[in-house]
Amino acid sequence: MTIPDTVPASGKAVPAKRFPWGRYAGIAVVAVLLLVFPVVVKTSFLQTIGVLALTMAIASTGWNILGGYAGQISFGHAVFFGTGMYGTALLVGHGWSPWLTMLPIAGLAAALGLLIGLPTFRLRGHYFSIATLAIGMMVMSILPNVKPLGAADGLSVPLLDNGFWNITFSLRDKTEYYYTALGLFAVATVAAWLFLRGRIGSYLEAIRDDELAAAAVGVPVRRYKLYAVTMSAALTSVAGSFHVMVVLFVDPSSSSDLSLSTAIALIAVVGGAGSLWGPLLGAWLVIALQEYTRTYLSATGRTIDLMLFGALIILVAVVDPKGLVNLIKRGYRRVRS
Amino acid sequence: MLDFLQALTNGAFIGAVFALAAVGLTLVFGVTNMINFAHGDLIMVAMYVGFVCWSLFGLDPLVAIPIAAVTMALVAVLVYAGIIRPVLGSSQLAQMVVTFGLLTFLRGVVQFVFTATPRRIDDPIVGRLRVVVGGVAVTGAQLVSAVGALLATAALAWFVHRTETGQALQAVGEDAAGASLMGINANRMYGLAWALAGVSTGVAGALLINNFGIDPLAGAAFGIMSFIAVALGGFGSVLGAALAGVLLGVVQGVVGLYFSGYTLTAALGIYLLVLIVRPQGLRGTR
Repeated sequence: MTIPDTVPASGKAVPAKRFPWGRYAGIAVVAVLLLVFPVVVKTSFLQTIGVLALTMAIASTGWNILGGYAGQISFGHAVFFGTGMYGTALLVGHGWSPWLTMLPIAGLAAALGLLIGLPTFRLRGHYFSIATLAIGMMVMSILPNVKPLGAADGLSVPLLDNGFWNITFSLRDKTEYYYTALGLFAVATVAAWLFLRGRIGSYLEAIRDDELAAAAVGVPVRRYKLYAVTMSAALTSVAGSFHVMVVLFVDPSSSSDLSLSTAIALIAVVGGAGSLWGPLLGAWLVIALQEYTRTYLSATGRTIDLMLFGALIILVAVVDPKGLVNLIKRGYRRVRS
Repeated sequence: MLDFLQALTNGAFIGAVFALAAVGLTLVFGVTNMINFAHGDLIMVAMYVGFVCWSLFGLDPLVAIPIAAVTMALVAVLVYAGIIRPVLGSSQLAQMVVTFGLLTFLRGVVQFVFTATPRRIDDPIVGRLRVVVGGVAVTGAQLVSAVGALLATAALAWFVHRTETGQALQAVGEDAAGASLMGINANRMYGLAWALAGVSTGVAGALLINNFGIDPLAGAAFGIMSFIAVALGGFGSVLGAALAGVLLGVVQGVVGLYFSGYTLTAALGIYLLVLIVRPQGLRGTR
């Protein structure tokens, strides 16, 4: 008796690698939704939500590289966001175009990331997280004493002429801010994707899943963590650079508060840590939730946004720590099969 | 010189409360291997428990100590059963994030119920007391909170190190599977660790309202100080956490005298320095 040669020895047919239609369709749908949003939605309030959500999505994309992919959970990313805000505010004050400030300031943030990473990457798990939290708070506690950065009063960005080159637009309609933010987000996501696509991404995930095992099979753990923090800090700083051009003001509490650090981290976690979709989904959800409840329910001084945000985080952690993206993926697979 | 002694005393007295808060935190870490980022906010809730006792029933904060301790033990056990137990086997990210969710949730609930308006207990019993020794003045509130915190810390340390249940608690912290084989119910020990942490936050909160304002963010500073004390003392070490708590209080007090803007910077700086030289903390083994 002979075994038919089309069936492998295990008796099961090996499924051919299917073209990931779902992923491309998903990207297309989300891209269209993001592009038409300001065309359909004309109120300044909702467009502001969009601008803020995209800004936070960029910052969280940066966090995600270190926290979601490499598994080094940082609660100090406001330091890099603040670097972007302060750096751009200062240089624009000296007559630079905000666009020209972004890369050098991102480089500075990356160097800062290296500096923080060198001692802290010896620590694992909780120890690392507490250290980043302490560094973030330390920066926050020093800033009010730093005169060149405006001390406790902060810095204002001088009012520039309207135009794309100055990232300064008419305030009545946020469409131009929105599309600028969207463009930056697209660039940041593509940069993150390119960064994570090859060996670096696999190595970082190996470090996240089991650091000892990764080291044992020859992954240079420390070096790759340092790569991750460099890219992570740079991306988060770009978000800060853009943000300061929208709010035109930076002070210690708006740039380096612990709640900003946690927001950057938790947005990625709620959306899906370790997925490039996560920050986008998390940012829209969290920012919309926050702005809506704050505006419509806070007339009495009783806000429910914190309560809802807290409950959402707990729910995600308990139900599916891989975030909402994973829930959607699971749902999609169930529908498909 | 007198200024210095006064600052040192003030620092040591607040340090005692840091020590109590840190011991509760380190217990949960030592046994469940989880950091509770909402620890400071449990203290904040305890402060509101004391506030409610005072404003509704006219109870002095001293009388409210046992009430707050029991209430917070219940709250902590509920928190454990509701949201901590489901993530015990989950990823480290989930374990860290869930207590951040709790922190946000607690602040939100308290702000919703009590609004953000700062509250204050008027004229507590200890408010009239004032002791002066060699020119160094100590208020009754300081004295009571420091003595109370030290007693509670000592009681917790005694329980963990000297009783059979405490030994079981430590055994679970060292090796949960091994302890289970010896007939210790690991799950009950986790719950007990949370309950003890709840007691420590309850006592700390009720002691603090004698001279601290009460608002939804009141726990933040104590939370931060207890994380740092725990990391400084060595994760899971009860004595290390207590000593580090007192040390942080003293550093804050003394630094505040000379560079008033840098108290938090100094406390964090010491921690980061120790971290670089001795990553396992002052008394840590892991």
